[in-house]
This record gives sequence, C-alpha cells and structure tokens, in this order.
Amino acid sequence: MQSFELIRPESVKDAIGAQSERSAYIGGGTTLVDLMKLGVMQPDHVVDTNRLGLDEIEVLDDGRLKIGARVSNSRLATDARVERDYPVLSQALLSGASTGLRNMATTAGNVMQRTRCPYFRDPAKPCNKREPGTGCSAMDGINRNHAVLGTSEHCIATHPSDMCVAMAAIGATVVVEGRKGTREIPFEDFHLLPGDHPEREHDLRSDELITHVVLDAPLEGAVSTYLKLRDRASYEFALASCAAIVTLEGTKVTAARIALGGVATKPWRAVDAEAALVGEDATAKMFEQVALLAFQRAIPLEHNAFKVELGQQAIARALRDAVQQASQGEHQ
Amino acid sequence: MTEYFDPKTQGGATSKSRRNFLKTVGASGVAAASTPLWAQTTQARAAETPEGDPVKASAPAPGMSRIQLNVNGVERTVDVAPQMVLLDVLRNELGLTGTKKGCDQGQCGACTVLVNGQAINSCLSLAISHQSDEITTIEGLERDGELHPVQQAFWEHDAFQCGYCTSGQIMSAVAVLNDDRIGQSDAAVREAMSGNICRCGAYKNILAAVQDARKTMKGGV
Repeated sequence: MQSFELIRPESVKDAIGAQSERSAYIGGGTTLVDLMKLGVMQPDHVVDTNRLGLDEIEVLDDGRLKIGARVSNSRLATDARVERDYPVLSQALLSGASTGLRNMATTAGNVMQRTRCPYFRDPAKPCNKREPGTGCSAMDGINRNHAVLGTSEHCIATHPSDMCVAMAAIGATVVVEGRKGTREIPFEDFHLLPGDHPEREHDLRSDELITHVVLDAPLEGAVSTYLKLRDRASYEFALASCAAIVTLEGTKVTAARIALGGVATKPWRAVDAEAALVGEDATAKMFEQVALLAFQRAIPLEHNAFKVELGQQAIARALRDAVQQASQGEHQ
Repeated sequence: MTEYFDPKTQGGATSKSRRNFLKTVGASGVAAASTPLWAQTTQARAAETPEGDPVKASAPAPGMSRIQLNVNGVERTVDVAPQMVLLDVLRNELGLTGTKKGCDQGQCGACTVLVNGQAINSCLSLAISHQSDEITTIEGLERDGELHPVQQAFWEHDAFQCGYCTSGQIMSAVAVLNDDRIGQSDAAVREAMSGNICRCGAYKNILAAVQDARKTMKGGV
C-alpha cells in the first residue's frame, strides 16, 4: 500500500478543513483500505472520521430517523427502531457482507461504497471510472455481474450496496457539511448515473463530508421485504435484489416503493413499476406485470442478459412476500 | 468452572500461562536452536516484557506513531506507520502469528480478531485507529493451560483440516456465541459465520463444534 499521511481531526469543522483533492475520508476502512492495497485509490492524505462522534441514531420530531455517519452496519441493522419501523433496512444490511465487515462498515461509508467491477479493481485494466478516457473493459469483457439499467457507453459497473437499495425505497436525505455550510441531498439525487463521467459517482463536493442520513418517516401500516438473489446463499453481492414496501387497503395497493440492487449503476427506484401498481389489486399476476415495466429500458450485454428476467422475478417475489405478511398480520 | 474469555467482561484476566510458555521457550537452548531466528527474537522480546512493554525512551521514527494496545490483557506499546493494518502489527510487530493472513482483502475471515469484544477483519483495519482498544487474538483465549470451550470443541469435533482458517473461525465463533442478537439455530450460526471461508470444507464439523461449545458456555456459567 502506498503510504499516506493520516489526519485525525476531532471536529467536523477540522475534518472539512483537512480535506483536499488528494485526500479521502476513512470510516470503517472496509472499502478504502481494500482499494488502497490494490492501488486503485491512492490518497496522499487520509482523514479519519472516527473521532468525530456522529454515532447516534435519533428519532426526529417529524417522525424521521436521523442516523449518524459513523453508526456501524451491525448497529443500524439491530437498532430496535430500525427493526420495528424499517425492517427492510435491517434485512438489507444483514444480507450484506459478513458479521466482521458489518461491525466495521459505517453508514456513510456504505453510501460511498465503490463498485466491485473487477476491471475497476485492477489497475492494469482500462477503466473509465478509475482513469477517465481509458475505456471500459467490461463492455466487451466478462460482464455477467454488470448493470443493465442506468448504464452508459462508458461504464456499466453496478452499485454494490444493499443498504442503499433499502434507503432508496424508504426515501432518505443525505446530510453533508462543507466549508459553505450544511446541504441536504435527496437520496435519489446523491448517486449519479455514469453518463459521460463515470468517475463522478455522487453529488458530494470535494470539501464536503457526510454527517448523517435521515430516513423518511415510515409509511403507516406498510409491509416490506428485502429479497437478494446471488450466486451463493450468504456473503456475496447481489445479482439482483429488491426492496419492496407497500401499503394496502383491502386487496388494493395504496402506495408502493420498489428499489433494485445488483442490476443498476446506482441504487435504483423502479418508479414506473410503482406508479403502475398503485390502485391495482395485489395479485401475483399484477406484480409480474409491473415488474416488466421496471426493465423496459434495460440494455443487456453478452453475459448479463439473465439479469433482466432475474430482476423482474426479484420484484414480483419481493412484492408477493411483502403482501403475504399483510395477510398474516405482520405489519411493518 | 474454569474462567474463560468473555468479551463482555474482557480486560480483567491476563494470559499468564502463555507468558510462562514464552519464557520457557525463550530460555530453552534446545527449543531456540530449532526455532527460526525471527521467532527467537520475537519470543525473547515477549518473554522480557511479561507485564507489557516498558516505556520507550526514544521518540518514534519519522512518519511513525506510537500507540498503546491492550492485546490479550497485556498493555503493548508499538510504533506504527499510518498504512499498517492491525493484522500486520499483531503478526510482525508483536509476534502474535496465530492470527492468519489469508486473502488480505476482507474476503476470507482468516484474520478475524476481537476488538472490544466485536469480531472484525484485521486485514482492513488501520492499526493506528486502535489506540487503547482491547484486542483479543487466538492466543488470548486459553486460561491457565485450559482451552477455551470453543477451542476445545473444535479439537473434539475435528473442525479443521489444514487449519489455516481455524484461528479466524474460532474468533468468529466466540463472538457469535457471545452475541445475543444472533440466533441459536444452525442456519443463524451459518449465516453469522459466512465471512469465514474454509477452503477444506470443514463447515459441517465447524458448525457442530460451535453448537457444542454453546452448551458448555451457556450451561457451564
């Protein structure tokens, strides 16, 4: 690993002051240390966030849940309020990585998690995300694990986080602090599509630090589930995953939130499928129909075309599983 | 009932017998002659500092930071560069080679140690961020020559073949058995320990060992 200077500020203000173009913040280190060892990230300065506090979870007056940037994935997943009000988030977190990694990984770190694209992780290979303008090795390479939604001709890397898929479905705000003050970024706007600039992954300015993620208030009476489909039953990234949250009146769907992982370049809200489902009967047939809409604009490549059908099935089954809870009286 | 390591009450007990073992090895000419030079140095150094490392007179070298770690109940002082991970400090600086380096990128779990009672992958954790933390490695589990119930169960169930992943498996198992949030079913244990890969495929016996140790630990307290 290339050496770096470690800066250990004790306040958010000092942390922001220490930030530069050639620096990186470190939380649990599960992404950054890995990528520094590989030579993919080579910051001159690493700014340690572990003395900044930011480790509280609190319910706000308006019913939203404010999560400190440094709250670990383990703690967030097993927080009583999260288990009660946002079980889909708890399930998503616990489906990701391993116990040891979840103990280290932080909330903000997971929002900032980098892709697992093997070409991105190999400095010997061309990659527009790692080195803009060098080309995309995955496009004509082994792209089985790559995205079919939100891609561009320059990048097809998936966003790897499970937590972010649940947050996209729940609805959230990323709170960031910079030299010019506080900014609140809607979760769906935080991660950027690759477009012509796959190296730009998020709407975070170079001086800004994530301090909190605030979840929208839970939908009253909602049922939800997180379904993750992958090559092995545990400790593996998603090939396709779906966070589904629905509310029902009798057999009619009154609200639906559907987000996808493993198939897209960012945590993906399936808004077309959501809109089509509201007002309809909650039947397996209807779930299959709206699932098709989510992949209408999919661009499959040589090895990942299976993700279109897999993703559709993930949506249909997640919706079915969630609604089944309603009939069994297990409300969110 | 023999006292064994419990992360919740960690910090009180120290591993006396390990220190005695090291003293014995360090003092034995026969053992030393058959031991690699680097190991002799390490063992001698450990043997000379049974109650922790003495205060170092000189300042750390340029670019290095001096940190204190409580490793297996012993206060250790070590100079580390910013990029040194906990795994390498334990193995190379403190001579605790029971913790293994497998993939070195957080994918295998061989490097699992407990930090303040929680299992972590020490290969991805910067050592410098562990100032004053209580770290437990495989060397810190036994008490007065008696194996920890999890170690004993691994022995009895033949829960390994090559043994390379075993330290990590055992440390994860200790954390799992001390975590009330993790269920007791076979499925829950498998899920909680899925970050520890066993290339030999000894999972069946590992699971049996963990569940057996659960009876000893819960039933014996």
